[in-house]
Amino acid sequence: MLFKKAQAGTLESSDCMVVVSPAETCILEYSGQNETIFKRRTERIVREIAERYAPGASVQIQDRGALEVTLRARIETAFERASKEDLKEDPAGEPK
Amino acid sequence: MSAGQNLRTIENALSRAVPVEVPGLRKYGPYVSPFAYLERQISAPAKGGFPLRLREPRHDKVTDDIKKAVERSGLENGMTISFHHHLRNGDAVIPKILQALAEMGFRDLALAPSSLPDSHDMVADCMRSGLVSRLFSSGARGEVGRAISAGELDVPVILRSHGGRVRAIEQGDIQIDVAFLAAPACDRYGNMTGSAGRSACGSLGYAQVDARHARHVIAVTDNLEDYPLHPRISIPQYLVDQVLVVDSIGDPSKIATGAARISRNPVDLRIARNAFDLIAASGLLTNGCSFQVGAGGASLAVAACVKDYMAEKKIRGSFGLGGMSGYMIEMLEQGYFEAMLDVQSFDRSVTDSMTRNASHIEIDASCYANPFNRGCVAHNLDIVVLAALDIDLDFNIDVQTGHDGVLRGAIGGHPDTAAGAKLAVVAAPSFRGGVPTIKESVTTVCTPGETVDAFVTERGICINPKREDLLECARNARLPVKDIRALRTEVEKLTGVPDAPEFDRNRIVALVEYRDGTLLDSVYRVK
Repeated sequence: MLFKKAQAGTLESSDCMVVVSPAETCILEYSGQNETIFKRRTERIVREIAERYAPGASVQIQDRGALEVTLRARIETAFERASKEDLKEDPAGEPK
Repeated sequence: MSAGQNLRTIENALSRAVPVEVPGLRKYGPYVSPFAYLERQISAPAKGGFPLRLREPRHDKVTDDIKKAVERSGLENGMTISFHHHLRNGDAVIPKILQALAEMGFRDLALAPSSLPDSHDMVADCMRSGLVSRLFSSGARGEVGRAISAGELDVPVILRSHGGRVRAIEQGDIQIDVAFLAAPACDRYGNMTGSAGRSACGSLGYAQVDARHARHVIAVTDNLEDYPLHPRISIPQYLVDQVLVVDSIGDPSKIATGAARISRNPVDLRIARNAFDLIAASGLLTNGCSFQVGAGGASLAVAACVKDYMAEKKIRGSFGLGGMSGYMIEMLEQGYFEAMLDVQSFDRSVTDSMTRNASHIEIDASCYANPFNRGCVAHNLDIVVLAALDIDLDFNIDVQTGHDGVLRGAIGGHPDTAAGAKLAVVAAPSFRGGVPTIKESVTTVCTPGETVDAFVTERGICINPKREDLLECARNARLPVKDIRALRTEVEKLTGVPDAPEFDRNRIVALVEYRDGTLLDSVYRVK
């Protein structure tokens, strides 16, 4: 279950920025230099992680050439933060 | 239906579909193997020699009027024009001349530069306007690459190596009608050199070929010096029809970029170390050895390792070859090599070295790499370290297409030196920007895998299975040898497996010619 919008990651090269917010269905916006060649891989990972949290989620990813492990970690963290009920806004100390 | 669509194709020895004929160009044979041409019989003399001229003594060659110079050259629609790319990203001659030709209403020209610099996006506009209908080059980058990959030219672009271009000129595949040759220093009779003047660029090795073979040669200069030009003449007056004086042939700050520095990137340094270790293990670094290395990424760092090793073992090499960087000139001046053979200078520190160092020798592109002359230096080379965009499980190299399938590189001397050198090492990171470098099959074969001896990354060294001797050397030296398939799997565990870009396989937008004139691969329109 997602309660709020949350993000993880940066726009540094070899990283990615992931923003997750509650939604009716699963929506993915994936952009970046590798958007065509890694579209299917990224969809698969997002679906896999989203299943553990919520039936619907809006996921925006700006990929700056992140490795798959990095991408996975950022998506998971964003979902984890978005699913925290106790806090109104995402307080995580990610660098702006 | 325009040319390039649904061409009849045949599979070459690398299982790549290539056309048997390109309307408007010529019939083609498929690539067979690197030295299959040795079986051929060629008795015809080279074509495209310079024409004889009847001129009165002391006739005037100088003009400052581009359009008059073009009129005098006899240029007509449909003809072929050429340029050299020695001014790199600082070049102002290609845009200046194309602009003038557009204003004069020319159409349907074939553009045959030795290569196109990164900065010449305006060439794409000339393709769209119909001024340029055919392109023969070593590469296509930026907007030009995108326009070609989108199918904006009807006739496939022909991409050749530096050696292959000279062969094509001498066999008559490229017939240059007018060559516009940027001349950093030139006298009123057309004696010119690249090693002096405010737009100095060093060697004029590619231009020398065009000067010898073009029907009409125009020197384009912003630096008219007293007659006779001295102390160096790279292209002599008897090859030059006209001297066109312009305000500027380019931006000196972009022509002579600062000396390339050795990378500090730890990944590059690891790659360089691995590449050097393999070179040392090969046993080729002995007295009289010869060596070629590029200027980017890990390349200079390899040269630095080689230099230290030569110092320690008191080894003196015979020659360094190629695109010449300041680092190679330092090695010459410090006595590590007897001579440097320079077809193209890479940075500022090289430019005046030819005047300073008698053993820094300007060679033309035919001498550098032409497979069909009486012997090119690339065939005398011991060791070459090359780069790559992608490599595949058969060691085929792509230096031309990006991950999105769009043209973005240049072939340069890659296939020439790989074929000629005793040891051809391709050095590249195992992944870049999150995308693995090893593919099951590269998008575009530019250098056939059978000429590549090893692929070196920061994660280990892959040796071409056909080089069992090299594999044994590497194992004996306890180098981190990995099977290329195993390395691919290792890297894909980190990056994931990318999808191949989608192409319209009925629409060929460019062809990669091997150095012997056979077809290596087809480049398709990107969907």
